Amino acid sequence: MKRLQYMATRVLQGLLALLVIATVNFMLVRAAPGDPVSVMAGEAGASDAQFVAQLRQQFGLDQPVSTQLGRYLAHVVQGDLGFSYRQQQPVLALIAERLPATLLLTGSAFVLSLLFGVALGAIASRRPGSWMDSAITVVALVFYATPLYWLAMMAVLLFTVQLGWLPGFGHMTVGADLHGLARLWDGAQHLLLPALTLALFYMAVYARMTRAAMLEVAQMDFVKTARAKGVAPGRILRAHVLRNALLPVVTLAGIQAGGMIGGAVLTETVFAWPGIGRLMFDALLQRDYNLLLGCFLVTAAMAVLFNLLTDLVYTLVDPRIDLH
Amino acid sequence: MSKAFWRRFCRNKGAVLGLLVLAVALVLVAVGPLLAPNDPWDMVQQPFLAPLQEAGFPMGTDTMGRDIFSGVVRGARISLLIAVVSTAVSLLIGVGIGAVAGYFGGWVDATLMRFTELFQAVPSFALAIVLVAIFQPSVGAIVAAIAIVSWPPVARLVRGEFLSLRQRDFVAAAQLAGLSTPRIILTQVLPNAASPIVVMASLMVATAILLESSLSFLGLGDPNQMSWGYMVGSARTVLRQAWWMAVFPGLAIVLTVLALNLVGEGLNDGLNARADGRSR
Repeated sequence: MKRLQYMATRVLQGLLALLVIATVNFMLVRAAPGDPVSVMAGEAGASDAQFVAQLRQQFGLDQPVSTQLGRYLAHVVQGDLGFSYRQQQPVLALIAERLPATLLLTGSAFVLSLLFGVALGAIASRRPGSWMDSAITVVALVFYATPLYWLAMMAVLLFTVQLGWLPGFGHMTVGADLHGLARLWDGAQHLLLPALTLALFYMAVYARMTRAAMLEVAQMDFVKTARAKGVAPGRILRAHVLRNALLPVVTLAGIQAGGMIGGAVLTETVFAWPGIGRLMFDALLQRDYNLLLGCFLVTAAMAVLFNLLTDLVYTLVDPRIDLH
Repeated sequence: MSKAFWRRFCRNKGAVLGLLVLAVALVLVAVGPLLAPNDPWDMVQQPFLAPLQEAGFPMGTDTMGRDIFSGVVRGARISLLIAVVSTAVSLLIGVGIGAVAGYFGGWVDATLMRFTELFQAVPSFALAIVLVAIFQPSVGAIVAAIAIVSWPPVARLVRGEFLSLRQRDFVAAAQLAGLSTPRIILTQVLPNAASPIVVMASLMVATAILLESSLSFLGLGDPNQMSWGYMVGSARTVLRQAWWMAVFPGLAIVLTVLALNLVGEGLNDGLNARADGRSR
């Protein structure tokens, strides 16, 4: 019962967060430079006061701000995120078209970073101070300090320009009419560099955190008990230490997953990956504020959903979770 | 006290190295114009000169014949300036909100923390992009955007410290002595919470450099300031012809951020007396 109540509270909080984000978005749209009415009047070649007033009335811009906000929110709930005048398409259609590519990229990067991060952190924590530990710690520190976009460009320089091993542009070979396995292989090759360069920064974060958490858990009484009982060291590490050390790491990963979509703007820009991030970059270049804010709203909504999901999964998995 | 601090700090070799790198960066900021006399915006040579191809241009020139070494040296100034100021601003916001929430507790705490969580729910880099794009790129807008997305962790940290510190006897003593609440917060509780805040601040400067450079990379830098991120961004489309345009400013970012993170860890060791007994 208490658990249900907690989950209901979290869902409500998530919805509230979405509402606030949409409201902020509305205010940002209004703060964006360039009055859309004067632009339209200018393009129509008739910028006299009467025509401008008529346009204002037509688009409801003469109404009080609260009414405008209400209408904006109603539109957002119905999936209407406005119109991109540059691309001559509804914002939502543009985003929907790009969403799968971004989900594929961030999803792959998420899995890669978590798998390798946890593995490296666990290996490093086995013998603190050993050369293996030092090596992993240094590598993690360096990747943690490297800008995503620069790492991506260096990867292109090395693997595409110098070695010629992997493609560094787009998500498939243009003009190659591939089918079946060949097409899948082509896609995987195009995915590898973007996903890997996006993953390395987060991998460093998870490796550092896993290492610290495992060293902490290893000091706890239940581990000593297990050792005293004569449980095999490998089993202690996997079944006792790692399982408990994973909790904070996975929590952080849930929070970071939303941030990864933000980071994807940089990766997608370098690799010309046709996702939401690249769409945001194009919107930036063209000063297409409707599209930019639409992308932001979708990104933020996805982050909120991800946090919520992590939280809900947690209340089910970990009985100790604080229900207050 | 400070002797013990230095002893603990210096035991962390990485931290000492980081401090050295940082010192070099600061010297570059100070004497930069002497070392690199070219204006980073001026076209001073032919375009696409490779590093060392021409004397006086150790890092080569860019697509318009501008000196890359000058850009890297001058870029240090704006990167560090924006990072330090935006960190200071987010510390002000975060410490303010966290201190009030932690000291008063109850509904004040609950309200302020819900507000903080709301900010944390939004992907910070995406928010920073949108803020700078809407309010137009300038040093002020970039500082504000970075501060707005960076303060929540500070608030949570300070709140936690204040929650436990306000239970202590010295706070009760100060209350009995008749000190005003703002005075207790500022002169009694805050100094006791300073260590973790200092550590966090050094790590935040590092993150702010990454954020600023990422914004500049996307073309959201101040158009009047040469910055590392902008330089890497302008190399993006000519990567195959001129690798040096991207490599050098990027290395500058990595080194500076790495140094700051190392110093942060050293500060943590130095300020945390409990670390003394622990084996590393």
